[in-house]
Amino acid sequence: MVQPDSHTHDNFEKDEAFDALLKPVFKGKKLTDEINTADDKWNLLPAFLKVKGLVKQHLDSFNYFVDVDLKKIIQANEVILSDVDPEFYLKYVDIRVGYKHNGHKAIMTPPHECRLRDMTYSTPIFVDIEYTRGRSIVLHRDVEIGKMPIMLRSNKCILDSAAESDMAKLNECPLDPGGYFIVNGTEKVILVQEQLSKNRIIVEADEKKNIVQASVTSSTHERKSKTYVVTKNDKIYLKHNSIAEEVPIVVVLKACGIASDLEIMQLVCGNDSSYQDIFAINFEEAAELKIYTQQQALEFIGTKVKTVRRQKLSILQEGIEAIATTVIAHLTVEALDFRKKALYIAMMTHRVVMAIDNPKMVDDRDYVGNKRLELAGQLMSLLFEDLFKKFNNDFKANIDKVLKKPNRAEMYDALLTINVHSNNITTGMNRAISTGNWSLKRFKMERAGVTHVLSRLSYISALGMMTRISSQFEKSRKVSGPRALQPSQFGMLCTSDTPEGEACGLVKNLALMTHITTDDEEDPIKVICYLLGVEDITLVDSASIHINYGVYLNGTIIGTTRFPTKFVSQFRCLRRTGRVSEFISIYTNSHQKAVHIATDGGRICRPLIIVSNGVPSVTAAHLRDLLDGKLQFDDFLKLGLVEYLDVNEENDSFIALYERDLSKNITHLEIESFTVLGAVAGLIPYPHHNQSPRNTYQCAMGKQAIGAIAYNQFKRIDTLLYLMIYPQQPMVKTKTIELIGYDKLPAGQNATVAVMSYSGYDIEDALVLNKASLDRGFGRCETRRKNTTVLKRYPNHTQDIIGGMRVDENGEPIWQHQALGPDGLGEVGMKVESGQIYVNKSVPTNASDSILTQTEAQYKETPVVYRAPEPSHIDQVMMSVSDNDQALIKVLLRQHRRPELGDKFSSRHGQKGVCGIIVSHEDLPFNDQGVVPDIIMNPHGFPSRMTVGKMIELISGKAGVLNGSLEYGTCFGGSKLEDMSEILVNNGFNYSGKDMLYSGITGECLQAYIFFGPIYYQKLKHMVLDKMHARARGPRAVLTRQPTEGRSRDGGLRLGEMERDCVIAYGASQLLLERLMLSSDAFEVDVCEKCGLMGYSGWCTSCKTAEHIVKMTIPYAAKLLFQELLAMNIAPRLKLGDVFEA
Amino acid sequence: MSNIVGVEYNRVTNSSSTDFPGFSSEQDNAWDLEKFKQTFDVRIESLDEREVNFDLVHVDTSVANAFRRIMISEVPSVAPEYVYFFNNTSVLQDEVLAHRIGLVPLKVDPDMLSWVDTSLAEAERFTDENTIVMSLNVKCTRNPDAPKDSEDPKVLYRNAHIYARDLKFEPQGKQLEQFAKCPVVAADPDILLAKLRPGQEISLRAHCILGTGADHAKFSPVSTASYRLLPHIQITQPITGDAAKKFVKCFPKGVAGVNEKGEAYVKDPRKDTVSREVLRHEEFEGKVKLGRVRDHFIFNVESAGAMTPEEIFFKSVRILKNKAEYLKNCPISQ
Repeated sequence: MVQPDSHTHDNFEKDEAFDALLKPVFKGKKLTDEINTADDKWNLLPAFLKVKGLVKQHLDSFNYFVDVDLKKIIQANEVILSDVDPEFYLKYVDIRVGYKHNGHKAIMTPPHECRLRDMTYSTPIFVDIEYTRGRSIVLHRDVEIGKMPIMLRSNKCILDSAAESDMAKLNECPLDPGGYFIVNGTEKVILVQEQLSKNRIIVEADEKKNIVQASVTSSTHERKSKTYVVTKNDKIYLKHNSIAEEVPIVVVLKACGIASDLEIMQLVCGNDSSYQDIFAINFEEAAELKIYTQQQALEFIGTKVKTVRRQKLSILQEGIEAIATTVIAHLTVEALDFRKKALYIAMMTHRVVMAIDNPKMVDDRDYVGNKRLELAGQLMSLLFEDLFKKFNNDFKANIDKVLKKPNRAEMYDALLTINVHSNNITTGMNRAISTGNWSLKRFKMERAGVTHVLSRLSYISALGMMTRISSQFEKSRKVSGPRALQPSQFGMLCTSDTPEGEACGLVKNLALMTHITTDDEEDPIKVICYLLGVEDITLVDSASIHINYGVYLNGTIIGTTRFPTKFVSQFRCLRRTGRVSEFISIYTNSHQKAVHIATDGGRICRPLIIVSNGVPSVTAAHLRDLLDGKLQFDDFLKLGLVEYLDVNEENDSFIALYERDLSKNITHLEIESFTVLGAVAGLIPYPHHNQSPRNTYQCAMGKQAIGAIAYNQFKRIDTLLYLMIYPQQPMVKTKTIELIGYDKLPAGQNATVAVMSYSGYDIEDALVLNKASLDRGFGRCETRRKNTTVLKRYPNHTQDIIGGMRVDENGEPIWQHQALGPDGLGEVGMKVESGQIYVNKSVPTNASDSILTQTEAQYKETPVVYRAPEPSHIDQVMMSVSDNDQALIKVLLRQHRRPELGDKFSSRHGQKGVCGIIVSHEDLPFNDQGVVPDIIMNPHGFPSRMTVGKMIELISGKAGVLNGSLEYGTCFGGSKLEDMSEILVNNGFNYSGKDMLYSGITGECLQAYIFFGPIYYQKLKHMVLDKMHARARGPRAVLTRQPTEGRSRDGGLRLGEMERDCVIAYGASQLLLERLMLSSDAFEVDVCEKCGLMGYSGWCTSCKTAEHIVKMTIPYAAKLLFQELLAMNIAPRLKLGDVFEA
Repeated sequence: MSNIVGVEYNRVTNSSSTDFPGFSSEQDNAWDLEKFKQTFDVRIESLDEREVNFDLVHVDTSVANAFRRIMISEVPSVAPEYVYFFNNTSVLQDEVLAHRIGLVPLKVDPDMLSWVDTSLAEAERFTDENTIVMSLNVKCTRNPDAPKDSEDPKVLYRNAHIYARDLKFEPQGKQLEQFAKCPVVAADPDILLAKLRPGQEISLRAHCILGTGADHAKFSPVSTASYRLLPHIQITQPITGDAAKKFVKCFPKGVAGVNEKGEAYVKDPRKDTVSREVLRHEEFEGKVKLGRVRDHFIFNVESAGAMTPEEIFFKSVRILKNKAEYLKNCPISQ
């Protein structure tokens, strides 16, 4: 198919959904209306989301990987040489994903076809290689080395910059956020992983053990290692995994070439006498070890190193090697100049000394500024590099094998061997993504559960999955620190959206307006720093290093400055004018006397309005241009009106929440306050009036709500899909709802709720439903379940076939085949009942025979039988061919469900309840207008839950109904309660939302006023039909002959230990006997009274007599136990006696 | 006891009637048909094809409520119940479309049909006496005359929107004459049933039978049948000046007014919605008493379209009468 040309589509018309938000007339706001910066600055948020999208972090990361990182990996593993032929070389010149050197795009199977046909959405990886063929050097372009799974909506995806109409042609939903992969037909997400930042010093203290330690995790392309500077008995040591024992810090510094004790003191402590007192003791140990020179120190370290090498090195060389490559591995040493490394270790020691002197000078591991987020791109790059290296190794081995042959007839062409292995990269990538196991030998990384199947339960659940962040902490550990809400999460991570239970606080979600950075080049930044007057650290005198502010680039000191404030402001000026990337952060840490610059990837940041002299730089004119489409969000960045701050820089800024808080010292202004919440928590109306755990509960439940999933929901064939028949957009919405498109793909209905007690079937949060509402379609949903059948081909050329339908003597199909068509497949629209067949498959009986001895094929019927308590309808039948050329049949079965007793419902405030009773229309209370509630909710649900937001939702919703408007319940804003009450009063209702109701049963007035109005209710996926289960008799387990377990196996209902205790306590011994044995696994055995062992057929095999045999009934499990004991040489003997002695 | 239900700030008082024998020694309150005939009153406020608004005065709550309940759930009407699909390639699933068709109110006199005997086999169940057959056969095609720049699917395609009016009556047997004057049509022709795109088609047949609202809401002949009690406003102390103006504002237009003395007075309590706004303001405390007349029911019956609203009410009366007669003949009452 022809690819949509990305150039023809202007960026402006990229996403019609967001365009609506940016239209001059939107939600009642007209072009002529006065623009108020305080009220309208929130328009920056849709502008941000239009540019960035909801899952931009994934897309950016993947784009970076494909466009930049791949090239770096190729460069790092550029050349393949042969051990045999020194003349031979092969060099990778370029790598491209998806298009050839002449710009031609490779043809891709569209994503939806991949989903349906169980294929992988991928595109070829092309490399250009240069190699020697005989005497000549050949350049070969566009060699395919494998296929790369493509992230949907990334810049390699065919959906990139596709207009809504193009999306429709491709059967894609324009609201689908993308950011996931399709591997073997399943949608897989690589969750964002949270980690402690790499290559940064973290100082920690254990006050009980009196230990202070500074640690740094060095991470480079080749290896990962951790270096510690620790205190032990008040002395400071360096610790590293590949050095056998702790090395005194003075020895290490001497080994790094700082031989003078004075200089060591200067580097570590500066002029501070209290630091000097703390550190002085360390010189003694070095002196005791008689280490005075660099050589002595290196040899000392050399003896401690525990590495296994092929060739032996001398002790000195070992020491040099250790300092140069293993310790602080991320700093590379050139020409044996250890100065930089010495400074780094000295700085670590300095931090330790500071922390000893003042225990408050430690770092917080849980501080978001010390975290980095690892995204799909980074993980894919690790994986690709690993596979690529393996690919090259195999390639090289093959080349060597060929070149080794002494007399080759023809000239060797390396290209001929390359294609042989091209599958490794493809399958390696596919397997890793589909299983989620990331095992990389280089880093000894063995991570399971990196990828997850994208949950399509509801639109929100899919969206929520894309913003989810999982932490590396162990779930079982009982520590509160990493789980607690960190103040530094403000605006970056959602404060409400986290699961309950074991993963609480460890799994987080991104807030609405965040961005995650990708790696940026360090070197240009370094140059800029020096140009701005930073003194190069290699040139700075050791004595003055602690006098001035140190300038750190990604944790490594690169120089000092005497004027930190000026430097920082000049640097920021460069960033605001677009001279350096907007994602580079710079901040001053006056405690550490340091200016930190960060360019690394994985930092969370968010945009803020720049304020100077108490005046926000974004003015009404800018906002008008934004609404007119003259300005884009990126222009705000370029004009220096808005900038991104990461957590560290945010901590160094003074941010006003509202315009009224502006003053002279303020540096930034928030764009919108509701962005502290994420996409999922943004659905809750008036969340700022709720008790906080209720919002958290709703975040979990919003993902279980049945609704519309995507525009292409009827074209999808998923394992299980729940859809609501008549979803409605909420009466009370939030700005977030509009931004994420929940009003277009809603999951719930506006129910008229009466808060009163009724019938007694409403205790414990149960709800009373109106039968007439159900008749008219309230809460109706459908389930769609997929069944996949593969018609296998066997090696002996036989294959599975589909039989037709069988007919009875009248020519009518037999009952089992009633849903089938003449082709043996279920007919679309037919009803299938339990026991009926919908794919009449047969397998050959001689599939394992050899092709030579093969006889005429006989077929055995192996039909796909429908088994469920309720019948289904056949919705779709798809027949296709999968990747491996086998016929693939997918049958989609649909069930239409009307709410019934026990179905679960929930409002948007963490208030769930099951349907307790369904009441007919005439019995329900009614108001003056004759309005009858859809749902009656018990008022006891309110006092302990304190969900005031729900009450306000009701009043706003009622006002909206009367006014003909949709009201807002946006967090920290929304329609005001006073205004809503006024609308109620103007329409002849009571201000409080309480109405006078008449009982439907007696017809009299109720003696209390009833809180009555619309509340948005969600139907949750837990439905009685999927859970109901009963059994009188049924299957038993083979081994124990006890009833099977679980509903899926038609299992028994267990009378457990506690129930057993009750029966014992009551003394109902016969009941106990019946429940535990007779109804379970009663078994008649022949017991020999003499020897006490079990015989059979009236014969004791050990006594060789039938004389003393007694028949008795025991549980089969007991018999099994006796036999197992016998098998391990223990003879359990039964001693029999009468219960009632004669 | 007064027959005024007290509407107070946070509660409703005196909501049950006490005029039954044995409640108090002072009054007998025994049932007296003559007295009832004298006091009972029916006033029709408004009446049109679809809606009636009338008052029942001096009747017990139980009787008024019985009428309401019977109108909702026991007056029979005709609705599509069995839908047979021949073809349906629209996006709507068969069940959903069948449900939608079922909810369409039909203009058919329920007295023309008899009840379906569900004990019979499906093949014999439906006759021309008890079943009305409606069919829907539509196919969406492109409109060749559509203007090029048009984006409206209704212009671009033919039969893009399927409405209730597209349901066609298929008279069976003697129905041809029976329904010659009043062919069965949807009461509201503009109910959207489905949307189609070129190439999609729907072909189905619906069997419409008699049923009651107790079985399914679609058989209910009313969209709403309810009553409210007549509001009662009593000014106990004169309200004058600005307070009087404010007092008037507390009620919907026309309920209260200010007379030439500057005193507030009650014009027409019937128009009040009993929003209880007056009770919110301190200045009216103790000066006004809100209430509702317990035995004055303002009925509002809105027909779904099959029958006129008054007919529905009369039927409810007849059903109640039959019930009473049945009870009378029961051995327990003799």
